[in-house]
Amino acid sequence: MGERTVEFEVLRYNPEKDAAPHFQRYSVKCREEWVVLDALNHIKESVDPTLSYRWSCHMAVCGSCGMMVNGEPKLACKSFLRDYPGLIRVEPLRHFPVERDLVTVIDDFVAKLARVKPFLIPQPGAAQAGTGEYAQTPAQLKRYKQFTLCINCMLCYAACPEYGLIPEYIGPAVIALGHRWNEDSRDGGRAQRQEELAATNGVWDCSFVGACSEVCPEHVDPAAAIQQVKIKSTIDWYTEHLMPWLNK
Amino acid sequence: METTRADVAIIGAGGAGLRAAIALAQADPKLKIALVSKVYPMRSHTCAAEGGAAGVIKADDSLEHHFDDTVGGGDWLSDQDAVDYFIGEAPKELIQLERWGCPWSREANGSVAVRPFGGMKKQRTWFAADKSGFHILHTLFQTSLQFPSIERFDEFYATELLREDGRVAGFTAIEMRSGQMRRFDARAVIICGGGAGRIFPFTTNGAIKTGDGMALAYRAGVPLKDMEFVQYHPTGLPSTGTLLTEACRGEGGVLVNRHGRRFLQDYGMGPETPLGRPVLKTMELGPRDRVSQAFWQEQQKGNMIPTQWGDAMLLDMRHLGEAKINERLPLVRDMSISYMGVDPVTDPVPVRPVVHYMMGGIHTDLKAATPLPGLFAAGECACVSINGANRLGSNSLTELLVFGRRAALSAMEYLQSGARAASESALATGADAARGRLRELLQRTGGKETVAGLRREMMHTMEANAGIYRTHEGLAEACVKLADLRRRYRAIELHDKTNVYNTDLLQALELGSMLDCAEAVAQCALARKESRGAHQRLDFAARDDRNFLRHSLAVFDPGASPRIEYLDVVITKSQPGVRDYSGGHE
Ligand SMILES: Cc1cc2nc3c(=O)[nH]c(=O)nc-3n(C[C@H](O)[C@H](O)[C@H](O)COP(=O)(O)OP(=O)(O)OC[C@H]3O[C@@H](n4cnc5c(N)ncnc54)[C@H](O)[C@@H]3O)c2cc1C
Ligand code: SF4
Repeated sequence: MGERTVEFEVLRYNPEKDAAPHFQRYSVKCREEWVVLDALNHIKESVDPTLSYRWSCHMAVCGSCGMMVNGEPKLACKSFLRDYPGLIRVEPLRHFPVERDLVTVIDDFVAKLARVKPFLIPQPGAAQAGTGEYAQTPAQLKRYKQFTLCINCMLCYAACPEYGLIPEYIGPAVIALGHRWNEDSRDGGRAQRQEELAATNGVWDCSFVGACSEVCPEHVDPAAAIQQVKIKSTIDWYTEHLMPWLNK
Repeated sequence: METTRADVAIIGAGGAGLRAAIALAQADPKLKIALVSKVYPMRSHTCAAEGGAAGVIKADDSLEHHFDDTVGGGDWLSDQDAVDYFIGEAPKELIQLERWGCPWSREANGSVAVRPFGGMKKQRTWFAADKSGFHILHTLFQTSLQFPSIERFDEFYATELLREDGRVAGFTAIEMRSGQMRRFDARAVIICGGGAGRIFPFTTNGAIKTGDGMALAYRAGVPLKDMEFVQYHPTGLPSTGTLLTEACRGEGGVLVNRHGRRFLQDYGMGPETPLGRPVLKTMELGPRDRVSQAFWQEQQKGNMIPTQWGDAMLLDMRHLGEAKINERLPLVRDMSISYMGVDPVTDPVPVRPVVHYMMGGIHTDLKAATPLPGLFAAGECACVSINGANRLGSNSLTELLVFGRRAALSAMEYLQSGARAASESALATGADAARGRLRELLQRTGGKETVAGLRREMMHTMEANAGIYRTHEGLAEACVKLADLRRRYRAIELHDKTNVYNTDLLQALELGSMLDCAEAVAQCALARKESRGAHQRLDFAARDDRNFLRHSLAVFDPGASPRIEYLDVVITKSQPGVRDYSGGHE
């Protein structure tokens, strides 16, 4: 039963008490198999009940516990202490305002998600076609399945240099989720979503660094979604401007 | 105090709460709906459900089969009229989700695929790989975004229901971002607050499952029903309690003891079935209560494998092969590797029973109405009851949908019946009193108790005395201890006395909810002198239909232990019989 003492440096900020954020040191005995979240829970329970952070499922599906671990966006429940031999520095997710300690304000993401209409918009005519299930083959499912796996953890926003520079950019996960619906064989809402996806602060803000896909804990590969949306939007532009007869 | 006025206010934005909100928005776009949740909707614990949702869809299946499996699985404690309604609505709800775009796994011909699940005679569990609950939750959440009449209050923690003249009038909630109390006025309130697995230390339940919804109703005088029935899921990872879905066994995984024996055959669930060819409703596809109890028996005999986290059995999936594991159980593989360092493709995974689900909850009728006019409840926090003494896996996700919608329709009917709004004075007085109580807790000094300390004692008590097998002595001790903890709770002093996102405060409130729920569990268990489903008494080993074919009702008492009353089970067509999970009978 391996145990070792781990040094943590945790960003603390309480708007009622602190003029500015600061780091606090905790030196705690941890079990070898723990993740960073276990250590935070241990600190909260036994050392410092005033530390605030979000968490719930401890199995990487609720998306609550995104934070910076040694400068990288990570889920605390999937960051194993065994991968961090030295001091572990824990900070709130980059690019988001800090509400308190490791808790960030995520209104921006939530509002942007709603803007891409992430729900099934029936194809014209198909809507009333019946009340039974739509057929969808495994191949059709596969086209968009990967993009449904987004847990809204926002690690990709913390990794994205463009989002850091242009806060209006709708960002990787929201694009991936909009694209998810566009690629769904049951959906007919692409034209409506395009208004957001291909707008000024849509895909064209992305300079294709690919950092989003690297940090994504669910292998959603938002960079691939962005690339696909760009290609399709370009085709749209050509069909509209160079081959207008195709629209007739 | 800042006030929000709504026609219907919903506490909880998991599967049940979102389904209710959408049903209301669709039924009448003019209704003002407030959807209040202590976490962002997509963080709700419905996201953790892996295996799938049950509903009759395939030609070889029938509603009668689903009825019989559910009622027998529940050891005849389910209300059969509620089960009837449930199984009839189930396929409609699952198809509705399909039409909202849920990425269900598919057959080659494009129809929805189903998989086998424990205690089910036919394959009827709809699934989306092994992230079914996740996809259901996100489909519902994203679908809800198209309805402007649903106003969300994310990260608002509900603290007390408000009442006037014996009717519900609204509730108070803390805006976590500011720490300010807000009043929600609503003629109808639907509680969808989820389960309470966190009263135990070793559980598949996330941090948010602290029984708040149950406690809100309970303290307002609504009984909690059948709380003694706590489901252990047989296969949790010993290190963290993380669930490996029953679909592992549905797909063909087997359970073995330290001698490599598939021991379930020794506990009335045999004969052994061929490896890799699971047979429905027997062996590894027996019901959860029986499988977890068999584990305990084997453990007594020393047939389990000691690990640093306690005894475990082995879940062997190697014969499924890498391709099938990757397609059907990708999350299971990922989590086994991450949290146990074991790859199910190459090695059997150690697992042990883990607290998973509360069959009991807020007492409602089959229309999801509680005895308090204007108050409705749905989802895991409610007890309709379809699950009886033991829920069948994959019935719960469907239950959220069916009764989430039902609660919404009932709330509408209630409004249409001309329910009056409460008076401003009653609301203001109630809300001010609630705020006063919160301030007192926040600012209290000189208290000797801590949240973490009391919580640890509570969890230990529950694990030691209210687990898979129970006795009079253990339960009596638990009852004394929990009453004492409730008393000591009043002497808690917080370390954090600030307002913004104060999790010390929130955890104190959650602990208050958990203590109330835990006491209801222990008291009902002590009073039920029989063994049925998930409630097993070593001192009363048999089921006793003459005295206990009844629901337990725990009635809250602020100063004392709850009063326990009983209510007859509704039996329409299936008389209590023998639960037969021996594969030989057909
Ligand atoms: C790991 C796991 C796997 C499972 N797998 C399956 C499966 O395969 N099939 C199946 O049928 N069932 C499964 N279950 C059971 C099923 O997932 C749950 O019973 C169900 O999801 C509960 O849904 P709910 O809507 O009732 O509650 P939840 O989804 O837990 O939501 C509760 C909501 O209430 C809110 N809330 C709580 N307290 C407050 C408060 N004080 N103020 C404001 N809001 C509050 C929360 O914020 C949340 O939004 C599984 C459960 C677990 C834990
Ligand atoms: S795309 Fe990946 S990193 Fe971004 S929010 Fe979704 S799951 Fe998280």
